[in-house]
Amino acid sequence: MFKKRFLAVILLSFLLASCAASETNSIQIKGSDTMVNLVQAWAERYMEKNPGTFVAVTGGGSGTGLSSLISGTCDLAMSSRNIKDKELALAEKQGIHAQEIKVALDGLVVVVNPQNPVDRLTLEQLAAIFTGKIVNWKELGGADESIVLLSREVNSGTHVYFKKYVLRKNNPGSQEEFAPSALMLSSSQAIADEVAGNSAAIGYYGMGYVSASQKPVAVAQEPIGDYVLPLIETVMNGTYPISRPLFLYTNGTPSSLVGAFIDFALSPEGQDIVRVMDFVPLAE
Amino acid sequence: MRKFKEFIIEKLIVACGVASIFFVVLIFLFLVKEGLAVFKSVSFSCFLFGHKWYPISEPPQLGILPLILGSLLVTIGAAVISVPIGVGCAVYIAEIAPMRVKEGLKAGIELLAAIPSVVLGFVGMVTLVPLVKNVFHLPTGLTALSGSIMLAFMAMPTIVSIAEDALYSVPNNYKEGAFALGATHWQTIWRVMLPAASSGILAAVMLGIGRVIGETMAVMMITGNAAIIPKSILVPVRTLTATVAAEMGEAVVGSEHYFALFAVGIVLFVISFMINVTADLFLHKRP
Repeated sequence: MFKKRFLAVILLSFLLASCAASETNSIQIKGSDTMVNLVQAWAERYMEKNPGTFVAVTGGGSGTGLSSLISGTCDLAMSSRNIKDKELALAEKQGIHAQEIKVALDGLVVVVNPQNPVDRLTLEQLAAIFTGKIVNWKELGGADESIVLLSREVNSGTHVYFKKYVLRKNNPGSQEEFAPSALMLSSSQAIADEVAGNSAAIGYYGMGYVSASQKPVAVAQEPIGDYVLPLIETVMNGTYPISRPLFLYTNGTPSSLVGAFIDFALSPEGQDIVRVMDFVPLAE
Repeated sequence: MRKFKEFIIEKLIVACGVASIFFVVLIFLFLVKEGLAVFKSVSFSCFLFGHKWYPISEPPQLGILPLILGSLLVTIGAAVISVPIGVGCAVYIAEIAPMRVKEGLKAGIELLAAIPSVVLGFVGMVTLVPLVKNVFHLPTGLTALSGSIMLAFMAMPTIVSIAEDALYSVPNNYKEGAFALGATHWQTIWRVMLPAASSGILAAVMLGIGRVIGETMAVMMITGNAAIIPKSILVPVRTLTATVAAEMGEAVVGSEHYFALFAVGIVLFVISFMINVTADLFLHKRP
């Protein structure tokens, strides 16, 4: 009796597994944590409009997404940075031809606690803060408190971008690094929470995570330039200095299923969702 | 037919027994194979004693001394907190508590062991971290101390249950002998029971520490993960486990960073192996 039941359970599980495998109308998307909410919103609307198609979105970081694309376990990779040469070479070796599609823009916001009197910084000052050359808020006109640096982990595209364009000012010869004392937090939300509760903290993340408990800092490109607040308009017209493109990567020319999803993301409706999700639509 | 059945069952059980060792060996070989490749690009001493951990720079700087010290600091802190409380709790359960309290306490401790570490980490992040920040007037509460306190909670169930077993297995006539000589209850516990159970209690402590040093999720959430050489317990630290967990997703397969993370895995494996072997030595040294 018991044996029979056991056998039935095994058979049933095989049956279920084969059902899952036979689902051909599904798109697997993986990658950047910054983009998860946005792509999830696209996926939900897309599934509403195209019943029968199933879009699964998971995070894990840009690097995770790209390595899944390379190993063939997802159809689309979300990435908040360009693919690296090393990854491209690895992909070619596996027979995967990574194609890049720019789908939206993201302003990187530098945030401090609302109680902090400092509300504007130059790129130069930001670099000095995050590399540990400026260690006290009073050097910037704030209270006499040592600065608590908050950064994302190295698996984050946001971390890589910030290092390249703020710390190293896009100079390939530069050897600047985040100060070793910078706290490495595992998510943007963790940074948002710490900034909200710590008057000496400074952190950075995508525009979507700003709420009333953090204060975005206006940033100037040049020491005597204009200080610009991160807003959808200023990122779109390029006056806000720290913004980056967000990408989807496909393997070669996308199949009709995946292609239709990308077309939807780039359509006016898709770009409206970008705005609703606090990212910046591509310029017309 | 019956003989044949016996034969099959016997072989199956042997296979189960060998399988676990087989897997450990496989895991170790894989670790070594992937991890040792890092020493093509950095020397052994630069890796173990380097002060800088910048794995994604060009060229990468792969010094894990801050990570080793971070792990040790958090672990020692957790041991200092959990060992006295854990052993005290075991003594109370084994020797003093009345039957009903005993059952309740044991159930509670088992429940503590059942809390997933991510939940403990989350609770710690929301409650303990702000508390540590305010009590010590620190710039941030994400420190080694917060990690130690949280991990002490995690080590406690292991320490209590094994230490209690050890106390329980001390022959009853030891206690009766002590009482007969006119010793008080406390004198009996301190002078007779604890020394008699000492090897088991040491094993409990070692296994608790082994659990702490391998713990990942909670420390990643509440120790701040800054790769600096800690000068006190009130600064952020980055542990070996958190480094592997946080960076493995990004590391390009076959890069120096990837190999370095496996080498970190070897270091962890060696540390916990030594701890377990020590615990085993104590466990088998019966009074």
